[in-house]
Amino acid sequence: MKVKVISADHAVAYGAKLARTEVVPAFPITPQTLIVEQLAEFINDGEMDADFITAESEHSAMSIGIGASAGGVRVFTATSSQGLALMHEMIYAVPQNRLPIVMVNVNRSLGAGAGIWVEYNDSMAERDSGWLQMYVEDNQEALDAILMAFRLAEDRRVMLPVMVCLDGFILSHTVEKVEIMEQEEVDRFLPKYEPLHKLDPAEPMLINPIVPPEYAMEMRYQLDRAVDHSRDVIKEVDAEFAKAFGRSYGGLIDTYQMEDAEFAMLTLGTATGLARGIVDELRKDGKKAGLIKLRFMRPFPFKELCQATKGLKALGVFDRSASFNGGGPVHTEVAAALCNVPVMVTGHIAGIGGRDVTPDHMRQMYDVVERASKGEKVRQVTWHGLRGKME
Amino acid sequence: MNEEMSTIKDMPTNDMFTSGHGACAGCGMAIAVKNIMRILGENTTVYVPASCLIVISAMYPTSNFRTPYLYTAFENTGAVISGMKAAQRRRGISSTVVGLAGDGGTFDIGLQALSGAAERNEDVLYVCLDNEGYMNTGIQRSGATPFGAWTTTSPVGKVVAGKREFKKDLMAIVAAHDPVYAASLSIAHFNDFVKKVEKAKNKKGFRFLHVMTPCVPGWRSDTSMTVEISRLAVETGMWTLYELEDGEARTTYRPRTMLPVTDYLKLQGRFRHMGNDDIAKLQEWLCRKWYLHYGSEVEQPVCAVFEKPRPMRQSEEDHLHFV
Repeated sequence: MKVKVISADHAVAYGAKLARTEVVPAFPITPQTLIVEQLAEFINDGEMDADFITAESEHSAMSIGIGASAGGVRVFTATSSQGLALMHEMIYAVPQNRLPIVMVNVNRSLGAGAGIWVEYNDSMAERDSGWLQMYVEDNQEALDAILMAFRLAEDRRVMLPVMVCLDGFILSHTVEKVEIMEQEEVDRFLPKYEPLHKLDPAEPMLINPIVPPEYAMEMRYQLDRAVDHSRDVIKEVDAEFAKAFGRSYGGLIDTYQMEDAEFAMLTLGTATGLARGIVDELRKDGKKAGLIKLRFMRPFPFKELCQATKGLKALGVFDRSASFNGGGPVHTEVAAALCNVPVMVTGHIAGIGGRDVTPDHMRQMYDVVERASKGEKVRQVTWHGLRGKME
Repeated sequence: MNEEMSTIKDMPTNDMFTSGHGACAGCGMAIAVKNIMRILGENTTVYVPASCLIVISAMYPTSNFRTPYLYTAFENTGAVISGMKAAQRRRGISSTVVGLAGDGGTFDIGLQALSGAAERNEDVLYVCLDNEGYMNTGIQRSGATPFGAWTTTSPVGKVVAGKREFKKDLMAIVAAHDPVYAASLSIAHFNDFVKKVEKAKNKKGFRFLHVMTPCVPGWRSDTSMTVEISRLAVETGMWTLYELEDGEARTTYRPRTMLPVTDYLKLQGRFRHMGNDDIAKLQEWLCRKWYLHYGSEVEQPVCAVFEKPRPMRQSEEDHLHFV
């Protein structure tokens, strides 16, 4: 095991290398570029045996990935924001064909009011595509997530693509200490990919025909079930990973100080580390604050959230994107998950367009949730760090 | 099959694209695909983008291809076949990876992915089955639709009648990528067809075949006239048979004399509305094209009415372009 001080972009490149990825279709977009640059270096230096195919667009990058994955090899790619949006059409072709592609999306704001900074409105727009979607908190988790993602994606009970989302710049371009595992250790955790089917003239098959209404519904149902089956596999893979490398991330969600908590926040991505610090502050003041870290947006942890919020009076939900319908996408899902649980759920939008989420913002979030836990009337959704007053 | 096929008599009869598909009677595309697949043989992997071909041959749970067969979307043929080839290479499978795309999927929406694959010199065969319009979606105009033609998006109106633009010179775009092999094919010239598919099959690197595939409902033609229309296209200059090999371009068939374009137009309802002015405009365009392809060696009496044939491009650029 080596320890390196690297960015999350470089960490996931190490992950893709250790996973012995065979085909890497690539198209550059800020802030994903360091990933494909690093992979190109690995390959050109002979440290990694993979086909690096420089696509002429993200749409083609995913198309190349689909062709290669249907051809029976392990495929890794990475994108961000506008690139993910350009891929959108091809994103939908992957889960239904049960192709276990792993892709990193370096979160960046999408659309007009354009910027290159972190926001989750790019990946949230793909949450109903059938891809499993995970969000990571730090650079080590970014690397580890790639290996877990391949294990999960290629599990015969799952056979689905996995999108690993990480915060643009806050992780992608910030260096941290990352443990790089030995290749033999990783090979034991993630054996060589053996495809269930592949495009081979020795065994001809048609993949992705036109499907009339007589069959399409059953296929969608099977996809829905496969996503559901991944819940148990995610927990298994986390346990296996802990056994192999000594790090555990807790399955669909992770919890902090939730045992006796009266009020808590639910966060995803880098905001989690910040929230943990605020929980410690509040605990010092004798306040029963807790934290839930959302690791997977898909499958969404309905059951786990109901269990984790037992005894809780109020839960605030952090969103780094808005649905332009009053709240944010995570808030909507959490509210749906907890509709039969007697806990007050509030929405907290912050960090939009890459604006810093400061300790003060997080304290404000906890303050709103604490007041809600005491039965005080609070805003359903609060935008934190907004210049000027909310309506 | 190791021996080189030189004529139609050498054609294998082992169909890889089987009958029972849903193509219209007289479909030029079905004729082309059936014969291309015979020549490519069983060691072939097929990608088909959104097109008539996918609809007529891959309605779950059936398939008309006896080879591995993938479909995903409309505009990505060049990209998907690149990925398929990379995977097979890594898995030790050496099959001919072929993309069978339409003109919309090649000239228009798929042009970018085609360019990407050609520029990377992917070891794949790209076939453009050109029926000169978006026929699968109900006969809409594409960049391949010829001047004057009626389509549902270039309708014959009171002010504007038919397409006002000339057909895009796709092969010039392909040639600009310096491919290993590129050729245009006609289902009316079968020995030529067989040789070119065979050549494309046996080369390594990016190969491109452009086949004219008459469309009975789209061209408003008789089901029995598909091959005759293909033949007349070549005799009138609406289609030219040539190949580009190792950077050298050459015509593979030279008509004895140029027939007037009306011989071609009158068999197709899509041109029925064309007036004399439009026909003359098309004829003049053809005369210039004819001169570029055949020089002044092949007679073109029909062009006498136009002052003198002018090359479409500057002569010093001629050698750079494959037209």
